[in-house]
Amino acid sequence: MHECPEEEIRRLRQIATRIRCHIVRTISQAGVGHPGGSLSEADILTALYFHVMRIDPQRPDWSGRDRFVLSKGHGAAGLYATLAERGFFPPEELATFGRIDSRLQVHPDMHLLPGVEVSSGALGQGISVALGMALAARLDGRDTRVYCLIGDGESQEGQVWEAAEVAAHHRVDNLTAILDYNGVQLMGPVREILQVAPVADKWRAFNWNVIEIDGHDMRQILGALEAAQGVKGRPTIVIAHTIKGKGVSFMEGKSAWHGKAPNEQELALALAELQAGEEVAHA
Amino acid sequence: MPEALRDVFGRALVELGRENPNIVALDADLASSTRLIYFAEAFPERFFQMGIAEQNMMGVAAGMALMGKVPFVATFGVFASRRACDQVAISVGHCRANVKIVGAYPGIVSGNNGATHQAMEDVAIMRAIPHMVVVDPADDVEMAQAVRAVAAYDGPVYLRVTRDAWPRVSPERYRFELGKAVKVRDGADITLVGSGMMASQCVEAAEILAREGISARVLNVATVKPIDVQAIVNAAEETGALVTAENHSIYGGLGSAVAEVLTEHAPAPMARVGIRDCYGECGTNQELLAKYGLSPQHIAEAARTVLARKGSRARCI
Repeated sequence: MHECPEEEIRRLRQIATRIRCHIVRTISQAGVGHPGGSLSEADILTALYFHVMRIDPQRPDWSGRDRFVLSKGHGAAGLYATLAERGFFPPEELATFGRIDSRLQVHPDMHLLPGVEVSSGALGQGISVALGMALAARLDGRDTRVYCLIGDGESQEGQVWEAAEVAAHHRVDNLTAILDYNGVQLMGPVREILQVAPVADKWRAFNWNVIEIDGHDMRQILGALEAAQGVKGRPTIVIAHTIKGKGVSFMEGKSAWHGKAPNEQELALALAELQAGEEVAHA
Repeated sequence: MPEALRDVFGRALVELGRENPNIVALDADLASSTRLIYFAEAFPERFFQMGIAEQNMMGVAAGMALMGKVPFVATFGVFASRRACDQVAISVGHCRANVKIVGAYPGIVSGNNGATHQAMEDVAIMRAIPHMVVVDPADDVEMAQAVRAVAAYDGPVYLRVTRDAWPRVSPERYRFELGKAVKVRDGADITLVGSGMMASQCVEAAEILAREGISARVLNVATVKPIDVQAIVNAAEETGALVTAENHSIYGGLGSAVAEVLTEHAPAPMARVGIRDCYGECGTNQELLAKYGLSPQHIAEAARTVLARKGSRARCI
């Protein structure tokens, strides 16, 4: 288990809850967005942006920063909530999500919002871009680490596997992919739409180092990301078993909440649950 | 003797690689054909073999560009434009990544590989992608300079690199400028507008026409996007008729670009010489140009037809 002080774990969990509250509020206000996959990724993003990555919100273009690529671009609300909470832009701006002239596009636009590294949303593409970043950093002898979050539905794209074989062939060990393995996509369970299992075996067969974790256990997330940093000669994928819609009971595991905005009553219920969950966790 | 355009491309990239350590090259197992192999031999640490996986390659190039590299990613034009289209549009285009996409063996003259390898619509696809600059050099002199200009330009570029040698059309002491068309032969009755290797076909057509007493201007439009609006407007106003000639489908390429300019700025009779909505086949370059209507004779014939429409303004006999 990861040797992180309990206070730090508690701090991160509280942040993750605030991020989840931002997510449901943002999507509800906008009437558009992807709550399920944003909630499932929240703990992973919290760990990356508040503990693992070397970043500076005051200098989003700092060349020494680590890079994060949200390959599953529809998780944008989760990324924006994280960036806002981390201080890249004021949280009030989350209210503009999906509106005309907003910097917060429903799929991320790297030119609009500080902290967004890559425009994404066309599935399968982000992992290739992340691989290119990692190769360039290595060529320059920089110790930059590149993190890339992919979806399980996204893993149906052939490009993901092109990137997988190329990253392993070139022994790109400064790239860490994280699979948000929530098991649900737009039209239903992944196992019914197009089975990606045994996904860990597939990545192993592609010569990646594979770490499987509970993607909502902060200690396990930190442990996996730290372990990945120590792996030399091959890329690592953290297969994070997650729950779509995590933290909001009526969204959990439901494909209906892949791309649907909660109405006012649903939002109130979701916020109450998230806050109650926080109290229970820290009682 | 003019040199094969791919060789000129390959050597120019090596030269640039010496000057700029940020230039990197990405290959999808075609470096011996695209001549990226010269770069690979000179700078093995900056050459990245991506295997036969063009979609990933395009994204990797984008990622490298976002880290400050100047990636030249080379494959056949068909794969660069069609197979990796969405990656070009989003990972390169939307990110405005400083990636130089080399579409080798474009059009009908694809090294006798036949229909699957003949990029007839690559210019149309690339032209439609926001911010993408499209360059199709005519000869060895122009290619050497175009590669340099493309590397110096900050933003995504699609560079067509034809396999073989073509007659030189560029004048002595030629200076290639991105976005500038070049008058390679003056004339008063009609303008033949060519891009890529079709510029030399236009010069030959102009000679055929000259023997008939028709004075044809030849405009070499290497930068198809952004197109040199002024040069085309001048041609329309000064010669009153135009024929476009491209190693590409008549849809969406040079002919379309010129027609767009004329329609908006200086309507004039024109005709398009190009691939007429069909797939190609195997054959020698000359056989293919003849069969698919891209020979100097075809351009001359198109000119005669347009001149007939030009009516009273025509000065031809």
